[in-house]
Amino acid sequence: MDLGLNQAQEMLRRTARGFLEANCPTTLVREVEASGEGYSPELWAQMAELGWLGLSLPAEYGGEGGDAVDQLVLSEEMGRALLPSPYLTSVVTCGRLVALAGSLSQRATLLPRLARGELLMSPALGEEGVGCSAKVVKEGSGYRLNGVKTFVPFAAAADMLICAAGGLDDGEVSLCLVSPNADGVSIEPHASLAGYPQARMEFNDVEIGVDGILGGVGEGGDALGEALAWATLVQCGEMVGRGRKILEMVIDYAKSRVQFGRPIGAFQAIQHQLADLRVAVDAAELLTYRAACSMSEGRNCAEEIALAKASADEMSRMSTVVGHGVYAGISYTVEHDMQLYSARNKLSEAGSGGTLGQIDRIAGSMGL
Amino acid sequence: MRFTFSQEQQQFRQEVCAFLREEMSPEYETVFGTFSEEKYWFSRDLFRRLAERRWLTVGWPEEYGGGGKTFLEQSILDEQIGYHRVQRVGITGINFAGPAIIKFGTPEQKARYLPPIARGEAEYCQGFTEPDAGSDLASLQMRAEADGDQYVLNGSKMFTSYYAHADFIYLLARTDPDAPKHRGISLFIVEMDTPGISTRPLPYINGEVAAQTFFDNVRVPRTCLVGQENQGWYHAMTTLDYERAGLERYARVRRTFDDLLSFSKSAPYRGGVFGKDPLVRHKLAKVKVGLEGWAALCWKVAWMQSRGEVPNAEASIAFLYGTKQRLYFAQEAMEILGKFGTLTPECDTAPIQGAIEGLSRESMHMHGAGTMEIHRNIIAQRGLGLPR
Repeated sequence: MDLGLNQAQEMLRRTARGFLEANCPTTLVREVEASGEGYSPELWAQMAELGWLGLSLPAEYGGEGGDAVDQLVLSEEMGRALLPSPYLTSVVTCGRLVALAGSLSQRATLLPRLARGELLMSPALGEEGVGCSAKVVKEGSGYRLNGVKTFVPFAAAADMLICAAGGLDDGEVSLCLVSPNADGVSIEPHASLAGYPQARMEFNDVEIGVDGILGGVGEGGDALGEALAWATLVQCGEMVGRGRKILEMVIDYAKSRVQFGRPIGAFQAIQHQLADLRVAVDAAELLTYRAACSMSEGRNCAEEIALAKASADEMSRMSTVVGHGVYAGISYTVEHDMQLYSARNKLSEAGSGGTLGQIDRIAGSMGL
Repeated sequence: MRFTFSQEQQQFRQEVCAFLREEMSPEYETVFGTFSEEKYWFSRDLFRRLAERRWLTVGWPEEYGGGGKTFLEQSILDEQIGYHRVQRVGITGINFAGPAIIKFGTPEQKARYLPPIARGEAEYCQGFTEPDAGSDLASLQMRAEADGDQYVLNGSKMFTSYYAHADFIYLLARTDPDAPKHRGISLFIVEMDTPGISTRPLPYINGEVAAQTFFDNVRVPRTCLVGQENQGWYHAMTTLDYERAGLERYARVRRTFDDLLSFSKSAPYRGGVFGKDPLVRHKLAKVKVGLEGWAALCWKVAWMQSRGEVPNAEASIAFLYGTKQRLYFAQEAMEILGKFGTLTPECDTAPIQGAIEGLSRESMHMHGAGTMEIHRNIIAQRGLGLPR
């Protein structure tokens, strides 16, 4: 048992914190939110230079080959800084999908560009109902894609989408590479919390090239599960980082805000809320890192990831309430930063299937 | 980073588990709410046999009869004892009095007190809390007046668990009434059969029987003093931080959760099984999230201790979270079982041996090593640096 970070991870944490504190202030977060673009291309390019985009991509394709724990260290810092970026969706979800399902040539073409920040990819996975009604069928030397996808992140900004579609055989998943500008593709943005760019997309008879399906028809199922596991973990890391930052901010405020002649942090009514939040952050952090360790050691970690996300969701909701509760009136104003944190908390809580999705997975893995 | 045990630790865990599985028979298992004299003596004998293997104090240095391993191994033992529902014995000696003597005792005290603990032969109880000193423990009033080569003890202690079988009481008493309250307290180990000690039984709602213990001009030799006179408060707090991982408490609860889960998978309900009911399923999964978080926090404390760090706020974090999760589990389980949850362990038809009814009583024990509010104070003031 060794619950500490190694030296390289400690260094990554320090570097990332320093960089993001300098380059991702909340003024930038607000600008990006207002723009509706979801990220800052300048910052994205700098992150690529720092090697962050390739952190956990395979070394033979221009990545650093880092494991899930390395990835979490960086994700915590991103969550802490409220970094607006397609990191989770482009690098983590799509990067994993390509690395796991892609053919040799697909990996060699796409991964180095993802790592260098030259390619932005978005996953088009979810649908309005349950299951996958999008279909891809063979036509001529290539394929045709039809279907509707919802909550597609960064749809307009993406250079390429990975659209999950069923085929002739039920249960098989084909991961289609599609340009959002292709004929037959339409994008209808969902107006979303904190200006997060996500959209409903329709694919009508969209032409898919002969090499346009990751690994070939029906070969995407396993990769999809594993990529989403990574994405859930990264999301937990962001939530833990944000939760710890909220705790720190509220502690600072409680020490300096004076009422009744004392700092409010001297009142037990305040102390106990912050103590409860600290406990929740610690628990969520440990479950998150435990799941990451299981993943990097190659064990089945599906249940551990669901436990981590459920725990992080609960902590996240608590951090929103404690943050707004202790800051009180001032945090009800738009000019105060607390609302930036609570909005992103909600986006993360709803992510990866939400808490109910995790509860369902946990119950399933217990044999219920 | 690694959350798993080393190979040797895994092997140790398997060996302890196999040993306890072999030795424990169902009639000696202590389901929540079922304590008995017979089980107590069975556990004492079991502890002696654990001691023969040097497992009982596996985390103590070898020179004092321990196994020379770390707090992780000690916690693995605790976890297995809890999971196999061995009735609690020997906790104060192994976890508090022993480590205090190791750290602050004289060579004579070490030679006298430690080997019987390590052999599983000495039982200790603890005399900290008083009728008027609970959360504000440092205001304790029991006096220890020096008189020649003796101290004379007067006062009373509350909630003395294990008193009926204890050979020694590990206690705090005031040696300087004029000093500031934290600086006039000393730590003692006193034989329970010393003249002037009497007890009034205080049965608990979980079935255990503790006592109020009275000291009426109890004369003890000066050699009973552990560490420095008037430093007892600090000595006691240091050793309280030693064994706080709480894996035994966790594992006892986890066992009941696992039993309830098995029950819910087999009990018929509306044409299926109980556990497939969406509401039951949801509740059990949510309880599991809390239990897993509790376990992780406990192991973090044990890991810190194994590295020689003093987990102060972290111990309170694990304790507070554990208390909350145990309570949550008890409440959810009672809701899941409905009227069946009110059947006591004595009832033959009670699901999972009536453990949930017992647990719901035990879960009112929200004051271990301090109330929940005291733990929150510790976390806020020592962990988060908020002003006192």
